[in-house]
Amino acid sequence: MSIAPARLRDDDGLLGLWRRPRASLPVSMRLWRRNMTLYRRSWQRNLLPNFVEPLLYLVSIGLGLGLFVGEQILGVDYVVYIAPGLAAAAGMNGAVFEVTYNVFVKLRYYKLYDAVATTPLEPQDIALGELVWAVTRALIYGTAFLIVVTVLGYVRSPAALLAPAAILVIGAAFALLGMIITSLMPSIDFFSYFFTLFITPLFLFSGIFFPITVLPAAAQAVAWFTPLHHGVEIVRALVLTGALAEAGRHALWLAGFSALLYAPAINLFRRRLVV
Amino acid sequence: MVTTQPAVRARGLVKRYGTFTAVDAIDLEVPAGGCFGVLGPNGAGKTTTMRMITCTSPVTEGSLEVLGQSVRGDRRALKRRLGVVPQGETLDYDLSVRDNLTTFARYHDVPRDVASRRADELLDFVSLAERSGDKIEELSGGMQRRLLVARALVNDPELVVLDEPTTGLDPQARHHVWERLRGLKRRGVTLLLTTHYMEEAAQLCDRLVIMDRGRIVAEGTPADLVRMHAAPRVVEVQGVEDAAEAVRALVAGLASDIEEVGDRILVYTADAQAVTARLRDVAVAHMALIERDASLEDVFLRLTGHALVD
Repeated sequence: MSIAPARLRDDDGLLGLWRRPRASLPVSMRLWRRNMTLYRRSWQRNLLPNFVEPLLYLVSIGLGLGLFVGEQILGVDYVVYIAPGLAAAAGMNGAVFEVTYNVFVKLRYYKLYDAVATTPLEPQDIALGELVWAVTRALIYGTAFLIVVTVLGYVRSPAALLAPAAILVIGAAFALLGMIITSLMPSIDFFSYFFTLFITPLFLFSGIFFPITVLPAAAQAVAWFTPLHHGVEIVRALVLTGALAEAGRHALWLAGFSALLYAPAINLFRRRLVV
Repeated sequence: MVTTQPAVRARGLVKRYGTFTAVDAIDLEVPAGGCFGVLGPNGAGKTTTMRMITCTSPVTEGSLEVLGQSVRGDRRALKRRLGVVPQGETLDYDLSVRDNLTTFARYHDVPRDVASRRADELLDFVSLAERSGDKIEELSGGMQRRLLVARALVNDPELVVLDEPTTGLDPQARHHVWERLRGLKRRGVTLLLTTHYMEEAAQLCDRLVIMDRGRIVAEGTPADLVRMHAAPRVVEVQGVEDAAEAVRALVAGLASDIEEVGDRILVYTADAQAVTARLRDVAVAHMALIERDASLEDVFLRLTGHALVD
């Protein structure tokens, strides 16, 4: 009887979270294609709620409340000021809903990934496929909203053409963050904490509706550490001011954030799926 | 049939979760061709063993080769050659019956046209052609299980691993699944299945191992196992809780073994009629006697000292 030397799970421990996940993009795209096929079949139904939500904010806060916001910000009307931030938030929501509720249901209720993991898709490929799909959804919702903003004449800089790329970076950051939350959640009820205590405050205090410079210094410092703030600043820079250097700085922050979270997001998902 | 290489070869295979040992250094050799069973109660380590074989759970210790490939090697390549029916319902509820098959074929990188043709063939094979456009929740439990069997075949696998393929099904649905599995055997596909139904093992398996508490306690053909480990006939004595000792004493000379399971006493014997006759003579009130052939369940009981299904 030949027995290999005893070893622990090769991904044990905290540092193990940053072990290279060895996911295969081509293989993971097979799961992406499943999601895309499903989405295309009912895209009108899927697009509408996610698409309408930022529009409601644009009309209610931007046009409605905007009537009482006397002064211009960055030299534009209030509704124009908040539009880019709402596009960033649309990207955030598109990504984060996908990797939280949708992935959780497939992971824990349908046990679908248990079956998928018996095919050539490894757990890390499944995670990557869902992540890329979440980014795709962020792109769809963010870009759809940007098109509306463009049609309404709220775009002030040709650099706005780069805005979809910004949405992609925002989507990636939130897809990774959401995947980590999903992999750690003991039950689906905890998502309401995540959304109420994290996503909603981000939406309200990341500089979408007012510049964070009006916040106390401590709150500004906190905002700097949150991904949506940088997302809002990139899209606003591209759509309104054309300040490419500033956009680049915030994009770098988000890219760094994603680079830091990539391996843990996939490894934690794998730990959740594989026992 | 000449078997070149076993479908599964495990040596000293161990799976530990923390301090709990789910699979305790088992040696297992599943020949290519035919149906091989792993019979055991819940918690015996059957599912864990299957999950290691299907590359979905890492091996703690020991060696494990499936279709000649180590499960520690290129798992993606190995899994392309396997068909798996995992335990429980794991269908894709967002997809139709037919799309469940084509989508899983795509996971295996089966070309689209081949996947489409195979999906139709497989729906025919499991008698679900009329339900191809249905949603999963519109199928009965038995139909879902047949669809799981079809799904395990979309990549034309060399080995199909089924983890309790009929648990929870009513007898009719169970027979329907068995029919399909026998059909697969005739096609020459190697089947490896776990079950805690003695009848399932007896009906389908050419060879089997009996597993209990993470260990393999016996191996052989169903008939061999019964012959080796249980007397050919059994007299079940019921309704004698108060007189168990008396019954034991009465039949002691005729029995090769006596087991007590709950309120039943099982008397293993070569001469059931003699046992019955002797017990009838003493006429204990409420006593009921059943004579039958020994089965795999008796083998399990005698080897482990406890019942297969409790």
